[in-house]
Amino acid sequence: MERVRIPPFESFYEDHKDPVFAHLRRLLGQGAEDAFQETFLRALRAYPELRNGRHLRAWVFTIATRIAIDETRRRRPTGELPEVAVEDGLPPHAELGPMTDELPPKERAAVVLRYGFDLPYDEIAAALGSSEDAARQAASSGVRRLRERSKQS
Amino acid sequence: MTNVPLELDTHFRAAAAEEGLLDVAYDLVESPLGDLFVGVSDRGLCVISYEADPDAEVERLARNFGSRVLRSPRPVDPARRQLDEYFGGERRRFELDVDLRLARDFGRTVLEELGRVPFGEVTTYGALAAKAGKPKAARAVGTIMNRNPVPIVLPCHRVVGANGSLVGYAGGLERKETLLRLEGAILA
Repeated sequence: MERVRIPPFESFYEDHKDPVFAHLRRLLGQGAEDAFQETFLRALRAYPELRNGRHLRAWVFTIATRIAIDETRRRRPTGELPEVAVEDGLPPHAELGPMTDELPPKERAAVVLRYGFDLPYDEIAAALGSSEDAARQAASSGVRRLRERSKQS
Repeated sequence: MTNVPLELDTHFRAAAAEEGLLDVAYDLVESPLGDLFVGVSDRGLCVISYEADPDAEVERLARNFGSRVLRSPRPVDPARRQLDEYFGGERRRFELDVDLRLARDFGRTVLEELGRVPFGEVTTYGALAAKAGKPKAARAVGTIMNRNPVPIVLPCHRVVGANGSLVGYAGGLERKETLLRLEGAILA
C-alpha cells in the first residue's frame, strides 16, 4: 500500500484534538481532560516510530479508547460494575478491555465501543475514520474471532 | 462537537515541552518589526523568521529537525523576554544558545564569527569573510547572511557593503535600517 507522509505533529494535533476530546467526553464524561492529555502525550511519544500517515485518525482514537477503558476500570473496580445490557451474553464493558487485547486494533476498538460503551455505529465509524458498514463489519468479525477463541480454550 | 477547552489545550502544549517530547517548540513573538516566528529545539534557538507563513514554516522545521513540531509558548519565553529587552533598549547582547546544526563548514564558521560583531557596530561582508578565514569569499558571506536562521540574535543586520551601503537583508532593507538605528549605528 502506498505510504502517506507523516504530517508535522502540530497539524496532526490540530486536525484531531476536537474529535478526540468529543470522543473522550462521550466515553468518560467529566474526567475526559486527563485522558485527553494522556492520549496526545502517548501519541507524541510514539510519533517518531510511525511509518505511515494513512490511518492516523484510527490510530489516535484507538489510543484514546484504550486510555478510556483503563480509566473506567480504575474508577469502577470489578464487583461494583453496573449491569450493562449486552447482546449475545457478552460481558459488560470493563471486562472487554483485557479480553479483546489480542484482536486487531480496528476490530478491538469496534467491539469495545459497540458492546462496552454502547456507541451507535455512526459514532464508531467516526471514531475509526471508516464507513458505518466497515465499523459494523469490524465489530462483527471481532465478535466472531472472540467466539472462536473461547471455543478453543 | 465538543471543542477542546483552551485551558486544556494550553496545558497539553506545555506538558509536551516539559516532558522533552518536542523536536521544535515555536510561537509568534510580537516586535516593532512585526510578528516573529521563533522556534527552539533542545539545543537552542533554531529559527527566527519575519512574516512567516506558519504552516510552511512548521513543514520546513519538521523536515529539518523532526516531525514533533508544536506551538508551545513556554520554551520560547527566554527568547521572547530577551527580544523584548533588546527592542526596549535594555539589552545589547543576547544570552541564548543557538542551534546551528543545519549550517556546515564555512557557513557555520561565518555565523559563529557573526555572533561576535558587537551591538552598535557594523562590519563588511569582506571583513567577515576574512575573519572566517577566506578573505575573498565576500559574496559567499552575503549568501550566508541571507540564509541566517536566527536574524537579530545573530546580527546579520550589522554587515554592510565596503562603501557603507546597506546592500540587502532577508527581512527587507527597511528592517535592517530600523535595527541599525535602534543600535545607534546610523545616526542620521
